[in-house]
Order: sequence, then structure tokens, then C-alpha cells
Amino acid sequence: MKNIIVDLKNISKSYDGETVLDNISLYIRENEFITLLGPSGCGKTTTLRIIAGFETADSGEVFFENKILNDIPPYKRNINTVFQKYALFPHLNVYENVAFGLRLKKVKDEEIRNKVKEMLAMVNLKGFEKRNINTLSGGQQQRVAIARALINDPKVLLLDEPLGALDLKLRKDMQNELKNIQLKTGITFIYVTHDQEEALSMSDTVVVMADGKIQQIGTPTDIYNEPKNAFVADFIGESNIIDGVMLEDYKAKFSGQVFECLDTGFKKNEAVDIVVRPEDVDVVSLDKAMLSGIVTSVTFKGVHYEIIVDIGGFKWMIQTTDYVGVDEKIGLYIEPDAIHVMKKSLYSDMFGDYSSFSDELEKLSDATEVIEE
Amino acid sequence: MKKNAFMKQLSATPYYVWAALFIIVPIIYVLYYTFTDANGSFVLFDNFKIIEHYSSTFLLSLMMAFIATVICLLIGYPLALAISRTKPVTQKILIMLVMLPMWINFIIRTDSIAILLEKNGLINQFLSIFNLHFELMDTRFAVIVGMVYDFLPYMILPIYSVLTKLDIRLVEAARDLGCNAFQALVKVIVPLSVAGIISGITMVFVPCVSTFYISQRLGGANTYLIGDAIEARMLSISADYNKGATLSFVLMILIVVSTLIMNHYSDEDETGTAGGFMA
Repeated sequence: MKNIIVDLKNISKSYDGETVLDNISLYIRENEFITLLGPSGCGKTTTLRIIAGFETADSGEVFFENKILNDIPPYKRNINTVFQKYALFPHLNVYENVAFGLRLKKVKDEEIRNKVKEMLAMVNLKGFEKRNINTLSGGQQQRVAIARALINDPKVLLLDEPLGALDLKLRKDMQNELKNIQLKTGITFIYVTHDQEEALSMSDTVVVMADGKIQQIGTPTDIYNEPKNAFVADFIGESNIIDGVMLEDYKAKFSGQVFECLDTGFKKNEAVDIVVRPEDVDVVSLDKAMLSGIVTSVTFKGVHYEIIVDIGGFKWMIQTTDYVGVDEKIGLYIEPDAIHVMKKSLYSDMFGDYSSFSDELEKLSDATEVIEE
Repeated sequence: MKKNAFMKQLSATPYYVWAALFIIVPIIYVLYYTFTDANGSFVLFDNFKIIEHYSSTFLLSLMMAFIATVICLLIGYPLALAISRTKPVTQKILIMLVMLPMWINFIIRTDSIAILLEKNGLINQFLSIFNLHFELMDTRFAVIVGMVYDFLPYMILPIYSVLTKLDIRLVEAARDLGCNAFQALVKVIVPLSVAGIISGITMVFVPCVSTFYISQRLGGANTYLIGDAIEARMLSISADYNKGATLSFVLMILIVVSTLIMNHYSDEDETGTAGGFMA
């Protein structure tokens, strides 16, 4: 195991009486790519700004390489930030933006020249030295911002929704590039995003946050396969979250049926939340079915159909490659390892039913997220 | 579409009329008097001979205006910066306070400075407690005080309006990259507020260099500025419009040249010279 480089202990923060961070504890190891993931207002950016030194915690400690960091101003921290919307200096050209940190350290001109060249090559901006910042595209500005931060050789790089303003295609490319840069330099990346796909595909560790609290910390596969509560299950990917009862170990009852599952450690007859991912439900003929329901909508998604099925009044989302028609009665089969059982939480009953689901709404809520931050 | 364009033209008409009557026509008059003699016949450079006589007055005016502008900048910039960093509500109140004196007549404001500085004025009354007494009135110092007091808001407002629009993230980025507070000011905040500084300087320097009331009221015989000279030429019993106009013309040229020089330096700044408040 690598050494712990950043350690947050019991951090709380509020603005005007409103709690933004509620007793957050989190440690980050060297070379780790860690992502703080959550909806806007969950406290992820505030956490980042506390590590950077732009905000001070009301209570709790920030440790950096085992030294307490609370009262150290940002410019004395060996940490650099890639800002949302880049925050490049408009009065300086690309070269001077990238050289900014080294000039402050009074590095010799020749060394600056070499390092700027090296950094611009790394972010694929060779020959852009003389360019005015305002003439660059969003993606190019993003690269300058990364080069400007990395040239200082930080131990930790903080990235605040760095790809939020880019279009989808470019965002995918930049995700790969960022990941490569991280692997090549070995710098610890702390990455903030509300995009769950981005978080899952890039990170070593994902920290899911909501309402100023950490909901779950884990590897992307853990977070997806073993969500701790209804919030995490809903926020990461699509999920059907159903009220259920854990009869005994390996036996869960929901939707009026008893299912075999792999979960243990619950009390007898404990009320629980059951998560079933839409891709884990098989559509089968009615005689082999564990559950049956009426199809209420079918949407073609390219790779698969996304269908909404009414099972005893609860609407499930199911992804299937076989075509089924609306109003058709279909049978469903769920493997034991497709069932994930969670303890009841604050977020039970808030998520997981697809009765009001529409693609359009989903997109709308995504859009507001981008605008807000 | 055509009708729309016509309406646009029409709505701009009052401005054109105003501009013609109060800007263009006076300038034409100044030019006319500058290049004619008392009989109205054309002379090319005859009137300009008067400049020689007034060269020291021009120099003094430029110097006084320069000093007052520098002082305004030194007071105004930090003040504008401080105001722009307070909460929005506080900002509104503070900017209101900065603008408040502008609502009061310029002459009254200048007279009130005189009341402060007089032989038995407030300042000397206060100093008399310590058995001190200063002759403050009728000095160049008093004129500078008057200029700074009268025109300081014109320095603060354009700088403030640029600074409030400055993205705070740029300052954070500077701090993040290793700037202490002072370095962030010098390397990021000041370069990005050049537009405001330039328009502030222009708005203070121009009225200072051409003022006559401040120098008459506060400077006495010690401070005879070019504004006073023009006023004397224009309004005295032996009024000589041609000489007066020539002095105005030269002053105008001087102001245009200094503005151009300043704009030349601000051209390096991408944000332009409009300086928010002016626009």
C-alpha cells in the first residue's frame, strides 16, 4: 500500500448557517486517481477548495504528508488546481500562462523554456506558445490549464469539473488523456465531477457524496455492484430499487416472491432495499418466469431496448436485446447474483421507481446541473 | 425592416442634434477664433504667439493635474479594490457614498474645502489646540487638495466597475500557482484592470488640467493655471476671443495627445479602453 498523502479528518463547513460539509473524513493515497462524485450542492467542490486552501474548514483537520495544513495559504501548498472553466490569465499568452508558476519561483529562463516546451508537448499543444488565450478552443484552453498546473510538479493535482464545458466527443478524448497523464506522471489526482460515467471510467477510487456527507467510498466496480444505499444505487447507473424483506441469509422477498440471493448479515425479517440493475433482468417466456408484468413503454437505444414494465404497480426498467411490444405481458428471470440487498437509509423510497421516468426529464436535470456550477 | 431602421434613426436624432449644438458647433467656433484676428480676417499662426507668454502656465497646469491624478490613483485604486471585495450589499452602499459628493454642486464642494483650509477654518481651529497654525489657503497644496477631492469619484468608479467584473477565479489561480497576496495584485489584478485605470486617469486628468475655479478659490495669486488664463481672456473687460480660443485650442490638442499616449499603452490590454463605467 502506498503512503497516505492527503488526510481529511472530521471536516465540517457551513455558509450562513447552511451545512455544506458534515463531518467528512477521507484519506487519499499517493498516485491515486480519486474522484469526488455527487450532484451539485453535495459539497464536493467545497471539499476540493478546502484541500486547495481557498476555504477553511469550520472544524476538523487537513493533513498533507502528515503535516497539518489548515492555516497554510494556497501559495505555500505543494498542490495545484485545474479550475472549472480553466481560469487562464487573459492578459498572458499560452507560454506565459504555463510559465507563470516557474516565473514566481525565479527559475532560470532557459529552464522555463525547456519545461514549458515539455509540458505543451505532453498536452499536445506543440507550437501554441505565442497564441492568445482567447483564440483557443475550449479543449485547447483546458490543455493549457493542465500544463499550467503540472509544470509546478505538484504532489497533488486538484481538478474541479475540468471537462464540464466540453462537448461529449472531446470529453471522452480528454478523459483518456487525463488518465494517461496521471499514469505517466504518477501525480495524485483528486477529481470532482457530477458525471458518474466519467467517475467510473477514470478513477481508482470513487467517493460518492450527497448532502454534505460521504455516502460511499470504493472502487468503481464496488460502487456499481455493491451500492451502500438507495442514493448511491440511483446516482450510479440505472437501478430498480424495491422494498423487500430479508427472510434469512441468502433469501430475500420482494414483489410478492421469494428470491435466492448472495447477501448475508441481516437480521431475520429485516426490511431492506433491493437493487436490481436493468441489464441484469432476463426476459423469458411466462412459464419460466419468476415475475411477470405488463410492458408500458419501449425505447430503442441502439445496443438494446429500454423497456418499462409494470410489476404489481411498481415500474421496473429493464434493458433487453429482444424486442417486446407495448401492453405485452412478459416473464422475467433474475439470477441470484443480480440481486443486491441494502440496509434501509434516509434515501429509501426516494429513488428507484420508474413510473415518472422519461428520457427528456433525465436530460433536463443533467443540463441544469451543468449550468448551475 | 426598413421601418425599423428608420425608427432607429429617428430615436437617435435628439442625440445628433445635441451633439451638433453643444459639441460640434463650439469646436467650430474655437477653430474660427483661433485662426482669425479681431477683424475676422484669416491669420495662420499669429494668435499662437501668445503661447510663448503662457508656456509656464501650461507647464504648471499639466504638472498640477499630473500630481492630482497620481494622488487620485493612489487613493482610488486601493479603495476601489477594497470596495469590490466586500459583500454585494455593502458594495452598493459604499459606491453610493463615493458618488454622493457628485450630487452636490462643484462650486459648493470647492467652497467647502476652502472653509476647511481657511485661516480660521476647521483644520486650523483644531490645530490651535496644539498651538499650531498653518497657512493652507492660497497655496498650490490647497489646489491639489481641491482637485483630488472634487475628482476622486471619477477615478474610483471606472476602476471599481472593472474590478467587480474580474473573475475571482483568476486571483485564486494566481494564489494556487504560488503568488502571495501582493504578487497576485501586481501580476494579475492590476494588469487586468488597466482599462479602468486608463479611463479613471483620463476622467481625472482632463478636468484637472482645465480647471479654473479650484485654482482661483483655493490657489489665490500663487496658482495661475491655463484655465484661469482662458477665463481671463474670454470674460475680462478687455476680452480677446481670438487669444482665448487659441489657448483653448492648444489645451485641447494637449489633452488629445495625452489621451492618445495613454490609449497606446492600454492597447496591449485585450479588454479595450471603454472601462465599463464609461460605456
